[in-house]
Amino acid sequence: MTKETQLQVEAICNGTVIDHIPAHIGIKVLKLFEMHNTEERVTIGLNLPSSALGAKDLLKIENVFITEAQAKKLALYAPNATVNQIEDYKVVKKLALSLPETINGVFECPNSNCISHNEPVDSSFRLIQRGQDVRLKCKYCEKAYSRQIMTEL
Amino acid sequence: MANSLYQKHIISISELSREELELVVQTAGKLKAEPQPELIKNKVIASCFFEPSTRTRLSFETAIQRIGGDVIGFDNGGNTSLAKKGETLSDSVQVISSYVDAFVMRHPQEGAARLASEFTGGVPVINAGDGANQHPTQTLLDLFSIYETQGRLDNLNVAFVGDLKYGRTVHSLTQALAKFNNNRFFFIAPDALAMPDYICEELDDAGIQYSVHQEMESTMTELDVLYMTRVQKERFDDSEYAHIKSAYVLSAATLEGAKENLKVLHPLPRVDEITTDVDKTPHAYYFQQAENGVYAREALLALVLNPTL
Repeated sequence: MTKETQLQVEAICNGTVIDHIPAHIGIKVLKLFEMHNTEERVTIGLNLPSSALGAKDLLKIENVFITEAQAKKLALYAPNATVNQIEDYKVVKKLALSLPETINGVFECPNSNCISHNEPVDSSFRLIQRGQDVRLKCKYCEKAYSRQIMTEL
Repeated sequence: MANSLYQKHIISISELSREELELVVQTAGKLKAEPQPELIKNKVIASCFFEPSTRTRLSFETAIQRIGGDVIGFDNGGNTSLAKKGETLSDSVQVISSYVDAFVMRHPQEGAARLASEFTGGVPVINAGDGANQHPTQTLLDLFSIYETQGRLDNLNVAFVGDLKYGRTVHSLTQALAKFNNNRFFFIAPDALAMPDYICEELDDAGIQYSVHQEMESTMTELDVLYMTRVQKERFDDSEYAHIKSAYVLSAATLEGAKENLKVLHPLPRVDEITTDVDKTPHAYYFQQAENGVYAREALLALVLNPTL
């Protein structure tokens, strides 16, 4: 299977490979890191065959290295993705994905009566993990929502 | 050393430790027994009510004046430049807080007090209710009333009756009492107004005992505190309401067999969920509870504005 993927998406010399992104999430991840506006070469694989996921998305971004903080953000979208840092065609570092404690300025609070909507502040949520379920608790209105119902600002 | 509430924002009851809750309750008891009219002399407190709330506002403003502070503010946000000229809450707060030593606020939107605390430049914010979210001083006066009548805040059997789904007072009081040892809760509500799952999960995580009931009679002989709330008619259709209502009305007859020390509390206003014949029983304590709001708020303001008392 790995061989097939390698055949489909060209290797990069330096940069970051984000693999095992669930299908249909790749474009979101691209936007999350503002990579849709970059001048660097980005290789995007959508709906690639994957033994673990059935279908997966894959991003290869040249000359850009994902920070720990960005990896934490990524965990919210693709908790089982793998992030490899590539130098001279070799994996030099694998970033472990763990959920951030808080996430600011990414999601809109689903509570329409929450003060965060009409004031000059970033939305801010604390992450609560209960088993497989991830919930986000708004710093302002203190209501907690399932990750699935959150939408980006 | 300064008390731990000194200059602290009071936004959400969950942020107060058991020791801090006890400190407020004990200070309230002292101020009730022995008034101290100069505790916050020369301090100016903003009392900003962006939505009307008669009892809470009068109670706060009485508390401020009884311990020697001065009040500025408004009782209806509709008349402020915020409403009339479209100023943001953060701008209003930034300006008003520069005039005062503490900022008491009520607002119809959830999170307003937390937001305000980010724009006061360190001036402590006291949340007097933010939408359906928090109303910490109600919980403090509830705790004070329980301590005053039971002599303790642990080893208590406490029933909550009525609207447990939307009632922020019952959520906060449950969370506060959960910080003390060996309290047991009885949740008595129609299914449609049951205690939310997230509160029950918190209690489960903390290993706190509770049970769920459809009527109050069967629990009566076990209770130390009966906390009543109103089942609002608007939440049901007429026939359903008529059916449900009677199970959640407390009358003097319902109290038969209750322990001598049982006290009935209610955040008020009451409509018809406690019949007036209960008022004359030794169990009724809701009017004293409302009066205790002044002492609890005096205590909180005194602790927030004085490093030591």
